Amino acid sequence: MRKPFLLKFLLAAILLFGNSSFANEKEVEKGKDKKTEIKEFIEHHLQDSHYFNFYGTTDEHGKVHHVGLPLPVILWDNGLKVFSSSKFHHGEEVAEVDGNHYVLYHSKIYKTDAEGTISYDGEHHPTNVRPLDFSITKSVVMMIVTGLLLLWLFSSLAKSYAKNNSIPTGMGRFFEPIVLYIRDDIAIANIGEKKYKRYMPFLLTVFFFIWFLNMFGLTPLGVNVTGNIAVTTALALLVFIITNLTGTKDYWKHVFDPLGDGMPWYGKIIIYIILVPIEILGLFIKPFALLIRLYANMTAGHVVLMSLVGLIFIFKSWVGGPLSFGLSFAISLIEVLVALLQAYIFTMLAALYFGFASEEHDPGHEFDDDAELAH
Amino acid sequence: MEIPSVVGAGLAVIGAGIGIGMIGGKAMEAIARQPEAYGKIQTAMLIAAALIEGIGFAAIFAG
Amino acid sequence: MEKLVNDFSFGLFFWQIILFVLLLLLLRKFAWKPILNAVNDREEGIKDALAAAENAKKEMQNVTADSEKLLKEARAEREALLKEAREIKDKMISDSKEQAKVEGDKMIKQAQAAIESEKKAAVADIKNQVAELSVDIAEKIIKEQLSNKDKQLKLVDDMLGDIKLN
Repeated sequence: MRKPFLLKFLLAAILLFGNSSFANEKEVEKGKDKKTEIKEFIEHHLQDSHYFNFYGTTDEHGKVHHVGLPLPVILWDNGLKVFSSSKFHHGEEVAEVDGNHYVLYHSKIYKTDAEGTISYDGEHHPTNVRPLDFSITKSVVMMIVTGLLLLWLFSSLAKSYAKNNSIPTGMGRFFEPIVLYIRDDIAIANIGEKKYKRYMPFLLTVFFFIWFLNMFGLTPLGVNVTGNIAVTTALALLVFIITNLTGTKDYWKHVFDPLGDGMPWYGKIIIYIILVPIEILGLFIKPFALLIRLYANMTAGHVVLMSLVGLIFIFKSWVGGPLSFGLSFAISLIEVLVALLQAYIFTMLAALYFGFASEEHDPGHEFDDDAELAH
Repeated sequence: MEIPSVVGAGLAVIGAGIGIGMIGGKAMEAIARQPEAYGKIQTAMLIAAALIEGIGFAAIFAG
Repeated sequence: MEKLVNDFSFGLFFWQIILFVLLLLLLRKFAWKPILNAVNDREEGIKDALAAAENAKKEMQNVTADSEKLLKEARAEREALLKEAREIKDKMISDSKEQAKVEGDKMIKQAQAAIESEKKAAVADIKNQVAELSVDIAEKIIKEQLSNKDKQLKLVDDMLGDIKLN
């Protein structure tokens, strides 16, 4: 039941990508080389946007009409500036707010003058001032949508438990095994029976949040939220904070005194000059690897998928089209797996780090140590 | 002649690929030997692969 | 690396932290706690139910054992009762037999005694009658024999002769 639905869904995703967005882009920039055009489109897609674009149409004069929602832009530039992103007209016009001028260049907002001039440095990077941008972008919208979806889904699931005598119904039958898997095989397996309960809400939330956003990234909306470095950084930062806030005495002892009582202090000093910085560095490398992994996997997936779809427009032949379609279809299926796998690995490693942080030597052993000290 | 950093990244990715391949292969052997430990082996395999993958990505972004 | 830093959007980071923490708190309160508790309760319930079933089974076994024991006891009791009854019956029979015998013996004895005394009385009576008759006969004979002098003398002689013999 679920499978054919998923296949249709993916099919629709691929077809929509191909039909709407690429076609328009092609019409607009006729002069450009196809390869650079596709490359630019992919880069544009991977970036966050101030405009929630559903699709675009081109009229007979070659002008593009975008259909979508303009999103609120919130800037901090000597005071809070709030305006609609429709003022930018998709980067074609300069927005003027309270006497300040802003321009949209490669999905980023720069401060500019009335003409919208942008000065570049040697590597073609704009040197204009970038105000702090707290805008409700496409990614933020998707996060809110996903959050609301999760909230609705799981609170209704919780309610159905209360109603049906703890027996899952409907969606619960699909999600409950996943919740149980996270509890039994991720949390309990890595953190331990005693302390796993404290971390469960975070692990469950992070798993479903990443999974749902990954899956949304595969829909025709094509929002690449988890493939955004800021998002994964935020998630990894939370893992880092939780790990170190809940760290036990043994955890910190492991960082600053890894050898313990096994060696006299004068022997330890020499080793610790090297070992302790490495341990401390390890504290930061762990969440850093976490954020890079998720970001890179999702970005790579989107790039591969869109490049394959882009092949259609490069080959433009009876051979190239079906070939590209078949390949991108296969990659889409793999991406569905990757979406789940990356959510799983993120949760798994977070649980592993929490397990390190909350580990304690068994009390019986400590008792032995105390007894030895007493002698 | 200067070697572009992309080449280094590529080499790193080859290394990571070989590493993950070996993990996968060894995990297969382990599962074949002890099918009852399938779950544990799979988990350990995924964690190890994820850690190596992290190195691979670090190399890509450094390159 | 430079590209990563360049791509980093502080606004998105800010929103992600805010939204995620908010989502975490809300989900914890409205979803995860009730769900995990419900699942936990259910598991406990299943565990309890299994334990209860095990208990019930044990109890059932106990009850069966008990009833069997009771049955055995009842059977034994019945057996004992029957045995006792039989014993009583036997005893009663033997007792009554004995009593009857004793009674019979007694009656026989009494009868014998009565017969004996009757016999004695009868013998005594006969003796008396015989004595009387003898006396009468002797009187008559004596009267007749002593009616003349000769005879009287002869008798005396006979008598004296007898005495001599004695």
